[in-house]
Amino acid sequence: MEKVIAGKTINVNEEGYLLDFDQWDKSIAEQIAIEEGIGELTDRHWAVVTWLQEQEKNKVALTIRKLGKSGVTDIKEFYALFPGGPLKKATKIAGIKKPVGCI
Amino acid sequence: MKNLVILGAGSAGTMMSNHLIKKLPKNWKITVVDKDKVHYYQPGFLFLPFDIYTEDQVKKPKKKFVPKGINYIEESIDRVSAEENLVYLESGQKLSFDVLIVATGSQIAPGEIDGMQGSGWHKDVFDFYTFEGSKNLRDYLRTWQGGKMVVHITEMPIKCPVAPLEFAFLADSYFKKKGMREKVEITYVTPLSGAFTKPTATKKLNYLLDEKNINIVSDFNVMQVDNENKKLVSYDDMKVPYDLLVTVPTNMGDTCIERSGLGDDLNFVPTNHHTLQSLEHNNIFVIGDATNVPASKAGSVAHFQAEVLTENILNFIQDKPLVPGFDGHANCFIETGNNKGMLIDFNYTQEPVDGTFPIPGIGPLKLLKESWFNHLGKMAFRWIYWNMLLKSIPIPFVKPKMSLKGKNIKTN
Repeated sequence: MEKVIAGKTINVNEEGYLLDFDQWDKSIAEQIAIEEGIGELTDRHWAVVTWLQEQEKNKVALTIRKLGKSGVTDIKEFYALFPGGPLKKATKIAGIKKPVGCI
Repeated sequence: MKNLVILGAGSAGTMMSNHLIKKLPKNWKITVVDKDKVHYYQPGFLFLPFDIYTEDQVKKPKKKFVPKGINYIEESIDRVSAEENLVYLESGQKLSFDVLIVATGSQIAPGEIDGMQGSGWHKDVFDFYTFEGSKNLRDYLRTWQGGKMVVHITEMPIKCPVAPLEFAFLADSYFKKKGMREKVEITYVTPLSGAFTKPTATKKLNYLLDEKNINIVSDFNVMQVDNENKKLVSYDDMKVPYDLLVTVPTNMGDTCIERSGLGDDLNFVPTNHHTLQSLEHNNIFVIGDATNVPASKAGSVAHFQAEVLTENILNFIQDKPLVPGFDGHANCFIETGNNKGMLIDFNYTQEPVDGTFPIPGIGPLKLLKESWFNHLGKMAFRWIYWNMLLKSIPIPFVKPKMSLKGKNIKTN
């Protein structure tokens, strides 16, 4: 489905995750962050978002553990930055898929 | 003489030895190494706690399934030296290889979470991913009087990702049958965004949780198991109380992978998603749970991979290009309790949808839908596993590459 985010028409799935990373830009991330209740993105948020995008590019499965060991942040801070489902929210803001199970 | 060494005689390693003994040229010697004597039918660990299977139904000697003509070594692996093309065994023996297949699987690592393997371990905190855990849980459940049962996933990836949900469904049936369902509160705790995470499955299957009265706690990343107060504690300080905790601990690749420097942070080996060749070493191939590929860690996946990998081993030794033949195909039964089951068939890109399997339009199995026949399929699978799958006898109609036929796929 299509959704207008930050004035641009974007392809998203039913939960609002971007389907095409090429459509992602910083203004879209900022808008999704507001919708997710994160508010304004700081340098700390951007460091996490950038790291997540790099992992996705390298086709590495995302886990809280990997982020905790990444040197970018620790798990406690990750929760503080993206409260209430950090990986779910941070991946949405980063314009990539959320981690899923098999069904 | 050339040497091909297979590390591990579990599902994947055993299947590869059965394929390769028939297909490798005569000047190749195959050696299989595994330290354990017993081959467990791991899907049976789901049924053992509920007295549906007996201990004897889920274990047989490993040796029985490794074909004659293979040099079978029952010993621990110390490490692989990819630079020297050598496998060092714990005894000090060295095995040289021209081609190495890593099939060392994945195992639980409860020590990764503070307190998980604490004073409650196998007393009121159980796993069901090991024979011991599953058996001990069975003994505990036989006399349990009820209370808060928490079924919990520590972190992804895990072997058979749907098993904990099946466990919750079967627990509901089990306690109903014992006439004590009202004495048990079942809560399912997951680090993912819900019990279901794929759009079609979420839509079609959410009713199961209501029907079976299973509570869901999602986005829960466990930091600690507090044995004293009987609580799971998350990184954001949420707490889930339990009387009986059934947890799926962190899953990790074998420690020999870590000692060999071949793995990622969970000891899974970085592997080409489609050819199954190691990303770092041309003559090392990886199969089954030991890889880091984003397919389910499941026996069906190893079965499909085995066919592709056999082809690629033959290509490799003849200096031919490898085929990118593996598409992430998985085919899994899901027990939903009350003698019903479901089947899912999916790959890297296609989510599980409804339809018929294996014969399009006919079945007899139904995809993503509960039926008694699907349950019979799961029960029959134990025989198929021991008698066909491990011996690499082809299963009619079921091909390594997933078929889109018979699937209701939305085209929007």
